[in-house]
Amino acid sequence: MVWYTVKRLIQGIITVWFIATATFWAMHQVPGDPFIGDKAVAPEVEQNLKERWGLDKPVYEQYLIFIGNMARGDFGISFTQESRSVNQIIKERFPVSAILGILAIVFAGLGGVLYGALTALYRNQWPDVLIILLVIIGISVPSFVFASVGQLILVVINQIVGFTLLPVAGWGDVSHMLVPALVLGLGTMAFLTRLMRSSMLEIVSADFIRTARAKGVPAPQVFSRHQLRNAVLPVITVLGPSVASITTGGFVVENIFGIPGLGQSFVLAVQQSDYGVIMGTTVFYGAFLVLMVIIVDLLYAWIDPRVRLE
Amino acid sequence: MAETHTESVSNAIPGSSKQLLLYGVYAVVGFIALLALLGQIAQCTGTRSSSTGAVNIATGTITLNLAQEPPQLDSTKATDQVSGMILGHVMEGLLRYDANDNLIAGVADSWELTETEAHFTLKQGLTWSNGTPITAHDFVFSWRKAVDPLTASQYAFILYFIENAREITRGDLPPDSLGVTAVDDYTLHVRLNEPTPFFLSLMAFPTYFPINEAFFVSREGRYGANAEDLIYNGPFRIDQWVHNANVRLEKNQSYWNKDAVHLNTIDFAYILSDANAIINLFESGDIAYAGLNAELIDRALRNRWDIRQHVDGSVFFIEVNHRPERLTSNYNLRKALQYVNDPAELVNKVIKLPGNLPGESIFPVWLKGVNGKFREEFPPKPLVTNHDKAREHYALALEELGYETMPPLVMLSGDNPSAHKQSEYYQSKYATVLGLELKLDRQIFKQRLQKMTDGDFDLVLAGWGPDYADALTFGDLFTSWNENNRGRFDNAEVDRQVDIAKTSSDPAVRMQAFSRVQDLLNEDVAILNNYERGSLYVLHPQLKGVTRRSVGADPDYSFAYIEAPDS
Repeated sequence: MVWYTVKRLIQGIITVWFIATATFWAMHQVPGDPFIGDKAVAPEVEQNLKERWGLDKPVYEQYLIFIGNMARGDFGISFTQESRSVNQIIKERFPVSAILGILAIVFAGLGGVLYGALTALYRNQWPDVLIILLVIIGISVPSFVFASVGQLILVVINQIVGFTLLPVAGWGDVSHMLVPALVLGLGTMAFLTRLMRSSMLEIVSADFIRTARAKGVPAPQVFSRHQLRNAVLPVITVLGPSVASITTGGFVVENIFGIPGLGQSFVLAVQQSDYGVIMGTTVFYGAFLVLMVIIVDLLYAWIDPRVRLE
Repeated sequence: MAETHTESVSNAIPGSSKQLLLYGVYAVVGFIALLALLGQIAQCTGTRSSSTGAVNIATGTITLNLAQEPPQLDSTKATDQVSGMILGHVMEGLLRYDANDNLIAGVADSWELTETEAHFTLKQGLTWSNGTPITAHDFVFSWRKAVDPLTASQYAFILYFIENAREITRGDLPPDSLGVTAVDDYTLHVRLNEPTPFFLSLMAFPTYFPINEAFFVSREGRYGANAEDLIYNGPFRIDQWVHNANVRLEKNQSYWNKDAVHLNTIDFAYILSDANAIINLFESGDIAYAGLNAELIDRALRNRWDIRQHVDGSVFFIEVNHRPERLTSNYNLRKALQYVNDPAELVNKVIKLPGNLPGESIFPVWLKGVNGKFREEFPPKPLVTNHDKAREHYALALEELGYETMPPLVMLSGDNPSAHKQSEYYQSKYATVLGLELKLDRQIFKQRLQKMTDGDFDLVLAGWGPDYADALTFGDLFTSWNENNRGRFDNAEVDRQVDIAKTSSDPAVRMQAFSRVQDLLNEDVAILNNYERGSLYVLHPQLKGVTRRSVGADPDYSFAYIEAPDS
């Protein structure tokens, strides 16, 4: 177990290094640099800027400096927000994305399990048909559509009730989070519902359920102890990577609801060629994703003893 | 989904749904507990955008959206519009613009501009928001800092009218050789390179704003990074700046003209760039201002909002690549494109946003001339769309270039819906009229600018926003020495006329020269005119006194006020 963990961690570090290298290379292939703007910069000013940021050095030298700093956990300073370090930006903004992501995952997890169980129980009856229809919509419609529509619905609701029931955009307290988190979690919720449904249906006719019922275990207990518990296992497996993808993939929703999360600054950095923030956020997200996958693998072995780690 | 089981519903364990309902209730209770916890944590992230409505007459508060986070608020380094807008509210230069775009006193009490010198006498007794007196030294410090090569300010060029500024930026002279001297605490003396009749208007530009040296040094390189890393001398001060979430301005009680300031708080409670999201906030009564795009006009009309119009000062055109190795360096080809060009059609049928004006000249309609408007005094020779003449010139161009059919031209453009519409319009237009194929090269902002700078295009959808309120900000754009002349247009007569305009202080001589430039650019097809941008916006009906400007902080809420609602 320990050896396995160490091995996975080393693999993870190599993966992150690879992500960093590929991003660094790609970033320098893109035309444009952080200093180009609407107004042409005098050659002398451009030279001064490049010297100050070390961009006058050959790319391989810049790379070595970057990797050296990265190993010490320092991503330098943002090119566009000169007085702020990349670490500070990540520190300020990741918690926001994380809170939103956690809430979205909770929405997705609870909703997915409940609806999945419901559809399995009422199989081929109207609740099943209705929910599966919604699931198909949830899977096929991208989150920015949900976000825009959700916001529009908020506007209408607020107008109908005559006061701000839930704010249309912004960030700060629970009322700001609900709709964005729901929107962010919808896709995953739909996916989990489908997963839960099939896993419930598979188990309801399993031998151990029949045995339990035959030996006279009370029905509610059969349902919760045997059926639900077993059915939920595959859901947990999927939940891990979903945490990473939701937490890192929220930039569309963040943009529309004006939420100061990290996803937003990640996308903006690419547009602005803010080399420091691009590298910082990519490596951070990469490391986060890799870590999540490792944790899920380890957790899975712990939840389900049948899985043996080699 | 594979379903291998065909058992009917009766196979479900009885009582399950009741059990599930119980779990549902547990889940909801747990969820509410989690929400409470997350709410607590979120408050620790220090962000709060609580809105008290778009306008609040009781507290004198207006709530607004910011298009983006200001990257930093060091006035010598700021380049973007949002930073300029905020700086215009919280800082003040020697002079400022009033609601009618006339220069009025700011920090300066009186001033005098001669051919190559400017003298300013500062108001006495003014203080920064931390109580430090505002003196002429604050201006000398910030101006030297702006041209200092170590600052590497992208707007250093705006000080190049001052003696030695360019040499200092190049590193040839030390910063203290800049032609500006604080004769005493309240007298500022400026030496100019050449007659600069519009020099006073630059005093309202952020790069010319003062910075207190002692405070700057005390921030140890963090000046302008946060609200507490700044001191203010404008009508407002920044009370709270949560990065990427909100910026709140409070009335600056130490501002010399604070009696003219009516608002107590300008709360930029949202930082959003999505036009639909912004209009949603406006509709739900959360913000007092929203811009409109073509898709949102219907919604504004449906809601019977009062739609307002503003000419933002920018001019848009197709910049042509004149580098000799490019096909577009051929005069007849350019002439053919010019005869195809129909700015009125572009504005009315393609962009379809009321408020834009068809482009006729590089000089926009709002520029001042000798006595009135430049464009009224010196109207450009009209360019008429004529497809027959276009084909004639096109045939000549084919002959001169030695082609049977013209190789495709590359049109570089931005990657946004408006640029897509325009470039596709030109693509079909050139194909139908001339049989000329246009390849569209869509790039996001920085990449497009890099390609423009490298000359990697034949035609590019470009534009220019003014830096100061004088025809020169447009007039010298296509001189051979201007780095913003990305098509490398080179016309000795244009250069000569701009030189005349630059070395004279006689408005009649200057405007005559610019009129020549205007005609030469059209005759030689330096660019193809597109449009002058007008923007549409909606404003809360109770909010009055908001000033829109073509140059400088826009929109300007400094002296706005809230009116009681109509009963």
